[in-house]
Amino acid sequence: MKTKFTTDTKLESEIAYFQNINLKLESGDIIDSFKLAFKTYGKLNADKTNAILVCHALTGDQYVAGNNPITGREGWWSRMVGPNKPIDTNKFFVICSNVLGGCAGSTGPKELQNGSDVAYGGNFPSVTIKDMVKAQSLLIENLNIEKLFSVIGGSMGAMQALQWAIDFPDKILNIIHIAGALKHSAQNIAFHEVGRQAIMSDPIWKNGKYFENNEVPERGLSVARMIAHITYLSENAMHRKFGRKLQSRDIISFGFDADFQVESYLRYQGKSFVERFDANSYLYLTRAMDYFDHDETFRKNIEFSHNPNNHLKYLIVSFTSDWLFPTIESKMIVNQLNSLSREVSFLEIDTDKGHDSFLLEEPQLDNVIKGFLTNNFAKIDE
Amino acid sequence: MNKINSIRKDWSLIETLIAEDRKILDIGCGDGGLMEQLENNRNAITHGIELNRDLAANAIARGFNVVHGNAELDLSQYSNNSFDYVILSQTLQAMMKPKDILSELLRIGSKAIVSFPNFGHWKIRLQLLISGRMPVTESLPYTWYDTPNIHFFTIKDFLNLCNEMNIVIEKSIGLTSKGKQFDISESITGVNFFTHEAIFLLSYKNFEPIKIKSSKKVFAKNSVIAN
Repeated sequence: MKTKFTTDTKLESEIAYFQNINLKLESGDIIDSFKLAFKTYGKLNADKTNAILVCHALTGDQYVAGNNPITGREGWWSRMVGPNKPIDTNKFFVICSNVLGGCAGSTGPKELQNGSDVAYGGNFPSVTIKDMVKAQSLLIENLNIEKLFSVIGGSMGAMQALQWAIDFPDKILNIIHIAGALKHSAQNIAFHEVGRQAIMSDPIWKNGKYFENNEVPERGLSVARMIAHITYLSENAMHRKFGRKLQSRDIISFGFDADFQVESYLRYQGKSFVERFDANSYLYLTRAMDYFDHDETFRKNIEFSHNPNNHLKYLIVSFTSDWLFPTIESKMIVNQLNSLSREVSFLEIDTDKGHDSFLLEEPQLDNVIKGFLTNNFAKIDE
Repeated sequence: MNKINSIRKDWSLIETLIAEDRKILDIGCGDGGLMEQLENNRNAITHGIELNRDLAANAIARGFNVVHGNAELDLSQYSNNSFDYVILSQTLQAMMKPKDILSELLRIGSKAIVSFPNFGHWKIRLQLLISGRMPVTESLPYTWYDTPNIHFFTIKDFLNLCNEMNIVIEKSIGLTSKGKQFDISESITGVNFFTHEAIFLLSYKNFEPIKIKSSKKVFAKNSVIAN
């Protein structure tokens, strides 16, 4: 096995190549070589005790802070990660990698198949959250970091953090798990299925081979994003933001233009998403979330793991208005950990901003993350 | 390590009831003040539950293991005997089902520490007798219509309940309204009159766990009380 690190100047990102590594996936498929695009922030200390892995959500990427060259905007969690921010890069070495199956530089359906000049497309093997975490663990290992101080993530990122606790508890000290669950619920799978159907019924999708003609199934992908975006908000937040206000007009048109601001907003969300995200990646990653299920197995995995995990600390956070990953789902994790006498903290934050709250201005979220990290880091530093 | 001054006087009394290096659950832990005191002075491993969102958030931000939740709903998640001590400070009178809570405390913990204001204190009796209205005092400062304290009881009531539930009172400390400390068990006559605030260390009578042996593990269940 050989690992090579390079910098992609166009992507402004580090790339780790894992060659002839024969990564065995949960599906049984094997990827012989793959790459992960990642960014780091801050400095690794001499004892290598201050590394934090941030795991991104479904449509996130490695650009957690600073400039994102793909969108030309700030990183997706730049309000949380940076110098003197709650995840303080003056103190911590923060790593964020684009997931396996993603489309921001890591191996995924849009990248060329090993040893050919054709992209994977629909030939890409099915990946799961467990596979993503396995790939991340290889990256951490090759960065010569024995133990991560923390693994932090919201939504699909929370799933990865939980998977780290299950698969590699000996390589981490704590996880911060935000707006996640032990499993992807039937309702969540249903919404994902509608999104996938929107993509697959776009005539341009062509069984995932749209790239052969340099085309993009824009209609399908943007509809998928519009549906998903609704699930990230809440009724109250939508009402507060848009109400029934009309867009660039004083009276309704009696037609099907975007009369309402909320329609115009969703169309914009769909359109801008198409510019930055790959439709096949969207299919694969939504599927990975659907397959995530530790409902029956989590407690057993923690209790009977051959990897010692007694030392792990958990911070579990949910939001009152999150109906995609409601508080009850977080509480199930908390209950199971408490029944095993594990060190767990839990907070339900009161907000009307829905599932997306973890990306938005929530002072209480900032405070608990900052305090949890600072105080627990002080304990290992003693 | 320098001792932190107790914010509430019963914290320092609770501390005297607790041995070194024990595992503790503090129910209604606020922002973690008592947890901090017990970690520093007793080298305790602490967990807490707090109903108030802001207080729970503060406790978590201060680095404590705190679950934001409702003790009356969430205690069932803890396993039998998973703590050495379970502390319920000044909260029993605010519980919907105090008896159920009491049995939960002693299911989760080998010992329970319960403190509460005594409704049998002479000032309270006098107020009710003379004014004919529900008493309002320093330790019970609320009017009847907005009080969180929904179950008033006296030391006598509490002792009767413990007896009924086969609970042993290992230690009991009383405080007069002037803060004078005494042993409740030694002076039961008049004690219900002068105790302003009471703190009890509780355990189960002749507790003998049933042990179920499997090939690898021994499971203990505390479902039997042998007399």
